[in-house]
Amino acid sequence: MFKGVVSKLASVLQNFGHRLIEQFWRLGSASRLFGYTLASSGESLRRPFLVIREIYFTGVLSLIIILVSAFFVGMVLALQGYNTLQKYGSSEAIGVLVALSLVRELGPVVTALLFAGRAGTAITAEIGLMKATEQLSAMEMMAVSPIARVVAPRFWGGVISMPLLASLFSMVGILGGYLVAVPLIGVDGGAFWSQMQASVDFREDVMNGFIKSCVFGVACTMIALFEGYDAPPTAEGVSRATTRTVVNSSLAVLGLDFVMTSFMIS
Amino acid sequence: MDRTKIDLWVGIFAAIGVAALLGLAMKVGNLTTSNIGETYTVTAGFQNIGGLKPRSPVKSAGVVVGRIDAIQFDSATYEAKVTLKLDKRYLFPKDTFANIYTAGLLGEQYIGLEPGGDEEYLQDNDKIMQTQDAVVLEKMISQFLYSKATETKE
Amino acid sequence: MTDNIVQIDNLSFGYKGRLLHKGINMSFPRGKIVAIMGGSGSGKTTILRLIGGQLKPVQGEVRVGDKVVHQQGRNDLQKLRRKMGMLFQQGALFTDLSVYENVAFPMREHTSLPESMIRDLVMMKLNAVGLRGARDLMATELSGGMARRVALARAVALDPEIIMYDEPFAGLDPISMGVICNLIRNLNDALGATSLVVTHDVKEAFSFVDYVYFIADGVVAAEGTPAELRESTLPFVHQFVHGEVDGPVPFHYAAPDYRRDMLRGRDV
Ligand SMILES: Nc1ncnc2c1ncn2[C@@H]1O[C@H](COP(=O)(O)OP(=O)(O)O)[C@@H](O)[C@H]1O
Ligand SMILES: [Mg+2]
Repeated sequence: MFKGVVSKLASVLQNFGHRLIEQFWRLGSASRLFGYTLASSGESLRRPFLVIREIYFTGVLSLIIILVSAFFVGMVLALQGYNTLQKYGSSEAIGVLVALSLVRELGPVVTALLFAGRAGTAITAEIGLMKATEQLSAMEMMAVSPIARVVAPRFWGGVISMPLLASLFSMVGILGGYLVAVPLIGVDGGAFWSQMQASVDFREDVMNGFIKSCVFGVACTMIALFEGYDAPPTAEGVSRATTRTVVNSSLAVLGLDFVMTSFMIS
Repeated sequence: MDRTKIDLWVGIFAAIGVAALLGLAMKVGNLTTSNIGETYTVTAGFQNIGGLKPRSPVKSAGVVVGRIDAIQFDSATYEAKVTLKLDKRYLFPKDTFANIYTAGLLGEQYIGLEPGGDEEYLQDNDKIMQTQDAVVLEKMISQFLYSKATETKE
Repeated sequence: MTDNIVQIDNLSFGYKGRLLHKGINMSFPRGKIVAIMGGSGSGKTTILRLIGGQLKPVQGEVRVGDKVVHQQGRNDLQKLRRKMGMLFQQGALFTDLSVYENVAFPMREHTSLPESMIRDLVMMKLNAVGLRGARDLMATELSGGMARRVALARAVALDPEIIMYDEPFAGLDPISMGVICNLIRNLNDALGATSLVVTHDVKEAFSFVDYVYFIADGVVAAEGTPAELRESTLPFVHQFVHGEVDGPVPFHYAAPDYRRDMLRGRDV
């Protein structure tokens, strides 16, 4: 009886330890891939079309979902914000509320989450499949580095797309908020913009949001690339890897957001 | 998908992305309004600045005429020493009054300048002598409660 | 000593501790087509990867020309690989590129030829495999046999000295098989290359190769020209050539005693 409990506990601990070590191991390999990617970037940036192609696949193809989501998020923010603000008689501050929430948090964070689901999974699946069908090996045998030819362009494509998408998200969200607040609810349009301008600081709000989205771009793209590159070369392995991309990217985005916000606010 | 089409789409994407970023900077943020050309510096001492922050606006008659550059504690006078950067185009008499106001009930705090009648104008590095502190809500409420309490006792 | 372009000496290699090859010796003379045969999982593909320098041997060495593959630095290894062309088991065409771009890929990566020259070369290579007309198809739109031929055109795009084929016949219909056989022979002779063909297809392989290595249990079990091997009385070769189920190559994967294994379930 007692022996049974001890051995069960031991196996649980063993399992936990095993997973922990595996995660550290994966973190190590991810950092190594990151290093190699940066080291091979010069080679791929010298051929801009490779990167432009990836901007098309990650950025342009994510535009629709980003713009539509942003519009709705902005409208909902305005509706909810108005409800609360008008109780304090400051419904003109609705522009401030919408703009600050979008520029500081929702723009970068929601864009990154959508990006992970839309572009990140596509990157993981594509690279995982290239690996499973030996395309990466074939490239290596042709004396072409898959990191320089496949990984690095996708990395830069993602890193460049993300801040642009996040800026668009914030801007379109604010327009959505404007449409609800001004024509629909009847808040004064002048007050909407002027209060916003008075309270949104370029450096502290816009720039910090921009920095956040750049960091998220690096994190999400790198996670997607690593999961694809690390996936077992089977159909099941690739499908699991895409799931991991979404889960790990989301956790990374939320965690990084907390860390960066606490630094930026202090 | 041929190359020129991809190039075109990426070009459009980059253009509207950058435009959005500029829009955030100009239309949403205060990049345009925070850069007031040539400035001169004056200081003012306050007993209590409340929630005033660097980069808060300085207004006169409701018009933004400058920004707060820095806020320090002066250990000689135990006052807050606020440095204001005012637009060179606007001149104020030496006996101008500096008040800390709040925009609305819960809004941001800013400094309001009320010009006096002096013949001479404030120069660079001058000090505004007459100031009024921020209204501290807690203080007002506790004063109010205190007076109520003494009222009911009588 | 004969002129061997690839030489494998006393090579041992294993994934995760379990030794797959235990001291293999092979030599591949310049200009010849040599087959490496063996059962599935006997490590044939692995040998090609060792030659290509994608894996490092545990012991022994692989020499290409006069260079030991696993001792080359990054740049030298890249130089060495440019002399090799490899046809992967499933073709490994780049799925995001067209047939034309797949064949042009090595040229674009390694040369700075003008587009018109690349075009001519790609057309030549595609013509050689009979697929000039398929140049605008995407790699994903090809049948298995066509994909294999495009991959072949890509493998020889830079006129390699060594061409490696991994299971070039697997999953093909008899006609496509015959086509590939002819292509391997013709390309080898036209380019003056040396070909290594990994396969377990005895009939096809014996019809056109110059020399055959059989590997089993991690060693070279038999070698010789197809004619010699057909006459061979070695039980292993006999089993393989005639496709018998059990023989020296056991039906069972190495396992503990069956009876003990069954009984063990009880005391856990
Ligand atoms: N990357 C790998 N990691 C671990 N084991 C592998 C790997 N690749 C192949 N193997 C194992 O090595 C053995 C030989 O593989 P392979 O060389 O592909 O055989 P063949 O091509 O002769 O069928 C197989 O048992 C396979 O499971
Ligand atoms: Mg194989």
